Amino acid sequence: MALTAVNTTKNNQPVQNDELFVYNTKNLNLWYGDHHALKNINLGIKEREVTAIIGPSGCGKSTYIKTLNRMIDLVPGVKTNGQIEYRNRDIFSKEFLVEELRTRVGMVFQKPNPFPKSIYENIAFGLKIHGIKNKQIITETVEKSLRGAALWDEVKDRIHEPAYGLSGGQQQRLCIARCLALEPDVILMDEPTSALDPVSTLKVEELIQELKEKYSIIIVTHNMQQAARISDKTAFFLNGEVVEFDSTDTIFNNPADSRTDDYISGRFG
Amino acid sequence: MENTARVKSEEMVGRIDGRLMKNKVVKGIFLTATIFTSIILVVLLYRIISQGAPYLSWDFFQNFASRRPEQAGIKAAVIGTLWMMSVVIPTAAILGVGTAIYLEEYAKKSALTRWIQMNISNLAGVPSVVFGLLGLTIFVRVFGFGNSVLAAGFTMALLVLPVVIVAAQEAIRAVPNELKEASYGLGATKWQTIYRVVLPYAIPGIATGSILAFSRAIGETAPLIVVGIPTFVAFLPSGYLDSFTALPMQIYNWTSRPQLEFHNLAAAGIIILLGVLILMNSVAVWIRNRYQAR
Repeated sequence: MALTAVNTTKNNQPVQNDELFVYNTKNLNLWYGDHHALKNINLGIKEREVTAIIGPSGCGKSTYIKTLNRMIDLVPGVKTNGQIEYRNRDIFSKEFLVEELRTRVGMVFQKPNPFPKSIYENIAFGLKIHGIKNKQIITETVEKSLRGAALWDEVKDRIHEPAYGLSGGQQQRLCIARCLALEPDVILMDEPTSALDPVSTLKVEELIQELKEKYSIIIVTHNMQQAARISDKTAFFLNGEVVEFDSTDTIFNNPADSRTDDYISGRFG
Repeated sequence: MENTARVKSEEMVGRIDGRLMKNKVVKGIFLTATIFTSIILVVLLYRIISQGAPYLSWDFFQNFASRRPEQAGIKAAVIGTLWMMSVVIPTAAILGVGTAIYLEEYAKKSALTRWIQMNISNLAGVPSVVFGLLGLTIFVRVFGFGNSVLAAGFTMALLVLPVVIVAAQEAIRAVPNELKEASYGLGATKWQTIYRVVLPYAIPGIATGSILAFSRAIGETAPLIVVGIPTFVAFLPSGYLDSFTALPMQIYNWTSRPQLEFHNLAAAGIIILLGVLILMNSVAVWIRNRYQAR
């Protein structure tokens, strides 16, 4: 216990010099069978920033974010080489259990995917699988997570009703709340608003701005305006390669690569 | 411009009548098929009920088999079938659902699993007599269970197992991938995902398919004959290694007797058997509705 405490302070110290990376990707390659989907990816993702990944369909942006919490393992026939380090630990190493990685790194999916259970049970799910049985702790966490996802006021009178009764946007915020319940370090979002209407999209975007205070967020989006609105850094993927990775401001106003310029100004994609 | 157009809307409109005519003819064909099937069913039911209903009485349930038709009852067969099903249901359900979970969730898709899969589907089409022979060799002779509840129950469980596996596999496959992803994404293990996400979602489908398969075990006669289940039994089994008789055996016995009264008794027995089947199917419907209402 004491050891952990020492480690934490040690790890927390470099925050002041603003150089703390949550993820470091080094020479990552990924194949679906023979298809070379990610080519020599190098990316360093910083703590407490929103990093957007943009690019046309099939550029590998979804594949990349799914590799970060190893959800890609569920796809048969995937081969990788290279390294991804999460907080200086190799995520592909045997010592780093995938269950631990996914507990520390939450994920929000393209289509809202609440469980066919009550709102309460949806959030309690994550706690229960991690062995938390104390009802009081669960109930408090449910409220805290729903507040954290800006959903509490809308659902507080019906948290024991089915989650399927919520609107699409509410369901997606419930999925975000479900992540928050596990106190993650990083939240991965794979096109979280692509199935939502504009009003719900706006709410989720506002939420991301708030979450940034406490969490590091990596978001894949096909919506360039969205990336411009909410992110600090933007990576532009094309045909499985990172064409450019810089501050969002630079990417959208003064890109170094002509392909980035073509894409963000809508000439292709 | 209009003269050169290849598609003329006037021509297409002119064909609508012909298309609607075909529409009507096809509907007629399907309706005829349905009516034909219904008539056969109604005739069968009418014959059985008119023949057997007068013989249905409390005594009929209370009495054992007898050489005198007015004293013959179905007690041993009904209780015997219940005993047998108490072996069939847990055996087939545990083996079947276990196999389905393994094949769908754990096994890698390889040539071997495809081969196993193909064999399971083929087994569902193997004649029930063959299962009877298997049961006779293994359970009755090798394991020495004799013509007991256990031997017949295991044989019937094997008979329905392929259907239970296939039904459970289909139900498990129908679980949306997004739900599994949600569970894995929160750090759940495979077993937690199966237990908390996959099974609750798949249970209505598994139950419906399995119960239909179990109904088949209630009605099957051939394997019981091969296993050597007696037809004339005037006692109840008191354990799983006791001899017994089952509903289809009793019905088979009565129909093979020369006296007309016994044929009527067989009809009454069929009504009981149909009643049991309807009851089981209602349970299947009930389970499906209950779980889908959530």
